[in-house]
Amino acid sequence: MYDASKIVVGLAVFVVLATSPLWYNALSSASPAAPELSQPTNGSTECVEETAFMRANHMDLLDQWRDTVVRDDVRTYTSEMSGKTYTMSLSDTCLDCHSKKDQFCDACHTYSAVDPYCWTCHVVPEEAQ
Amino acid sequence: MGALISLVAVAAIVLLASVGASTGDGLRFVFGVILPGVAFAVFLGGIIFRVVHWAKSPVPFRIPTTTGQAKSLPWIHNNELEAPSGLPGVIGRMALEVLAFRSLFRNTRVEILPEKSKVNYIADKALWAAAMAFHWAMFIIVLRHFRFFVEPVPAWVEMLQSVDGFFQIGLPVYYGTTFLMVVGLAYLLARRFFDSKVRYISLPTDYFALYLLLGIALTGIVMRHIEKIDVVQVKAAIVGWASFQPAVPVGVGLWYFVHVTLVSALLIYFPFSKLLHAPGVFLSPTRNLANNNRVRRHINPWNPDIQGHSYAEWEDEFRDKLKASGYALEKE
Amino acid sequence: MAEKSPQELIQIDLTPPPRKWMNPAVDFEARRGTWSYPGGVKSLDYLGMPNVREWSPTDADWKLPENWQQIIHDGFKDLLKKYRTLEIFMDICVRCGACADKCHFFIGSGDPKNMPVLRAELLRSIYRKDFTAAGKILGSLAGARELTEEVLKEWYYYFFQCTECRRCSVYCPYGIDTAEITMMARELMNLVGLNINWIMEPVANCKRTGNHLGIQPHTYKDNVEFMCDELEDVTGIKLDPPINRKGAEILFVIPSADYFADPGTYTFVGYLMLFEHIGLDYTLSSYASDGGNFGLFNTAENMKKLNWKIYHEAKRLGVKWILGGECGHMWRVMHQYMDTMNGPADFLEVPRSPITGTVFENTTSTKMTHICEFTSDLIKHNKLKLDKSRNDQFRVTFHDSCNPARAMGFLEEPRYVIENVCNHFYEMPENTIREHTFCCAGGAGLGNDENMEMRMRGGLPRGNAVRWVRDHHGVNRLTCICAIDRATLPPLVEYWSPGVDVSGIHELVGNALIMEGEKERTTDIRGVPVQPEKGEQDDV
Repeated sequence: MYDASKIVVGLAVFVVLATSPLWYNALSSASPAAPELSQPTNGSTECVEETAFMRANHMDLLDQWRDTVVRDDVRTYTSEMSGKTYTMSLSDTCLDCHSKKDQFCDACHTYSAVDPYCWTCHVVPEEAQ
Repeated sequence: MGALISLVAVAAIVLLASVGASTGDGLRFVFGVILPGVAFAVFLGGIIFRVVHWAKSPVPFRIPTTTGQAKSLPWIHNNELEAPSGLPGVIGRMALEVLAFRSLFRNTRVEILPEKSKVNYIADKALWAAAMAFHWAMFIIVLRHFRFFVEPVPAWVEMLQSVDGFFQIGLPVYYGTTFLMVVGLAYLLARRFFDSKVRYISLPTDYFALYLLLGIALTGIVMRHIEKIDVVQVKAAIVGWASFQPAVPVGVGLWYFVHVTLVSALLIYFPFSKLLHAPGVFLSPTRNLANNNRVRRHINPWNPDIQGHSYAEWEDEFRDKLKASGYALEKE
Repeated sequence: MAEKSPQELIQIDLTPPPRKWMNPAVDFEARRGTWSYPGGVKSLDYLGMPNVREWSPTDADWKLPENWQQIIHDGFKDLLKKYRTLEIFMDICVRCGACADKCHFFIGSGDPKNMPVLRAELLRSIYRKDFTAAGKILGSLAGARELTEEVLKEWYYYFFQCTECRRCSVYCPYGIDTAEITMMARELMNLVGLNINWIMEPVANCKRTGNHLGIQPHTYKDNVEFMCDELEDVTGIKLDPPINRKGAEILFVIPSADYFADPGTYTFVGYLMLFEHIGLDYTLSSYASDGGNFGLFNTAENMKKLNWKIYHEAKRLGVKWILGGECGHMWRVMHQYMDTMNGPADFLEVPRSPITGTVFENTTSTKMTHICEFTSDLIKHNKLKLDKSRNDQFRVTFHDSCNPARAMGFLEEPRYVIENVCNHFYEMPENTIREHTFCCAGGAGLGNDENMEMRMRGGLPRGNAVRWVRDHHGVNRLTCICAIDRATLPPLVEYWSPGVDVSGIHELVGNALIMEGEKERTTDIRGVPVQPEKGEQDDV
């Protein structure tokens, strides 16, 4: 006995599942390209650290800022890149440049399915909404 | 020795990927786009080829291994999951085997105490636990990776992530499956080193698969937790690849290429190796057949057309003795 | 009997040696007692087997045909096309080692090549070399090796050191069945004339006379009559069982050992008493005089040939259905192979107990029912007059025979019968019974005298479990539903657990049956005086 039909069905299921991302994307209208981030509207041209560093490690920096502010009551951050000082504040400093949360934070986070818990405590400033 | 050779082989793959990724866009395209494409095609095609190859050989006899009471008299309680009498039981049995590694769960360890003239059998679930941890963790990790492969990301992937990262330890959160996969693999590797019996039966290829998987897991951990990479660029590279709009991955770093190359190696290796146990378990005739031999005739397509020694021949040979013993004969 | 004492034999180190397993060297001379003699020329010629010759495993030159490697390669290719099991089992083993210490021969010998995984690797390494790309390119790195004469000798040693009991396949996460692998290896070896006499002579006998022991029809009749005479001394009743009777309702098929030697003969008279008791319309057959089938241990072709006579005889005699006696490997053949090989049995009717009216729904296609199914149905319907106390001198345990347990799922039926014919029944430890049962170490053709040391080694797990119930519950009777068991367990328990006797279940049924017109039983059916139960004994 060969059970050919069962094997064919099994293989078909396997192939469909294994290639499902390809089908999904083909049927999806969303662009696969990374989101274009909005540039700061306040004229600022640099972030607190290197852009590449920020892209990969901003969560660490924010985490560190939070701990420093909340636990040590230190509110000033000195950039390793430029030596400039900044107030460690998500709402005031970050969102001052990156003024649209949905176009800046959410665009990438949604794209890469990241769900940060910043906003479970922080209130999104009205102008950033 | 075999362990070392395989380690060298995996190290060579890592080195190759590192050098390639540092050389220029041309090789980055090769390692980041072409190789994964080829690997995926080999994986799919190889498995289909192998399964079809298997399927071309028939199952001439119905030989389930029964591991419980069969269906017989109506008042005898039968165990459908261990000696299935039909398709529903078989499906249940296979589900248990594939999803819960039922047979491995039976594992025992034998111990001989010569001075007491005793043989003991001790339940030993460690292998089962490690195998379950590794396989399930890897499965969930693969599913979680869908976030890189598709756009938009479906809700179930995010749900899987939040369940997997339930304890919210670390930033980005550590997933439970990360831990389970590494620990599971480490145990499976450790027993190849330290269990004398398993060491004796291990082939170089057994280590190779484990090293590859460990390499994949560890490079993944590095990218997420140690030398973080730009996840958006990673996604752009992968989803572009999976949308047939490939481009040279940019801003993703060396670890990405090593990770992807190791995964490609695993995919290519899969259909030529023992990793075929994954599709193979579904086709194993001692598990996937119902124990209904005396109810439904199983057909053997090559059943040879041969006969035994017939009664007539037998009677002819022993005629005198049969007569002398007073047997009734067909031919007098 | 093995020359080593049990105390010497149990000094087993399960730690494998440091050297690699891939370089074979079996010293047959030094390992006498652990292998079986080659098939005799007379038997092989009679069967028309290939490459027949006189040779001995201790010879340096095994007189293989010139192109033996090609023969095996072609044979292997052929088997791969015929058996999906072989394809799958060659490809998917991950060498997890779960099977390693499940084999009775490994437990009893510590020889690492008795680990089922390695037994399979003996074949798999050649498969890789001959049939896989990885093996061809990477060689030993991929676990491949050349088929040399040394490898072939190793095959002979280890594939005739597997009793095809399938215990390992219970634990394998992919259900890889070493019995199947051993069967394939034996098919291959057979092509170049490597087989063992304890299989080939029975096969030749069975082809000629209908039974393995070569008992000719007149002797068959004499044996049956002799046993009935002996029984008359015990019960006062003279039985006259029908042989080759046309028009009987049921053909009763048994393993030939049951009418040849103790203790199988007591099981045999147990059957006859049962049939007399219920007035069954049945017949024995001196042509289909063996349900057992050593072809199972040789080649599928010979299995089919030997099994062919069962339906052939059922048709000739015009019976309605077939009843089968207590035999393990016979039942593997009847359950898993007969219908496929020699069916369909469309000339028979679905087995229905003429006494209880029960239709055996689990045998609607093969039309063959197991005696324990039949008897437990009778007991369930209160059709038997039984006096359990007649077995009170026995403290009974039950050895699940490999094939009924792991190829049929036949676990409760024999226990039900036992519990209804005797008062003292004790199970052996749970890892040694039911689907976990340990082999008698003499199955699959290995139950010969020259292999005695290996039988005792392989018998250690079973012997030890028997010893446990003997010491804890005073067990003195080891029951089984297998003719090979009844032949091989007595020396095994004598060696590992003295003081325990072996019997079939229907011997106990015979003891307990209250026959119409019988005289008072002063002995059991062996003629051993019935001793009244002495004092208080621990019943737990």
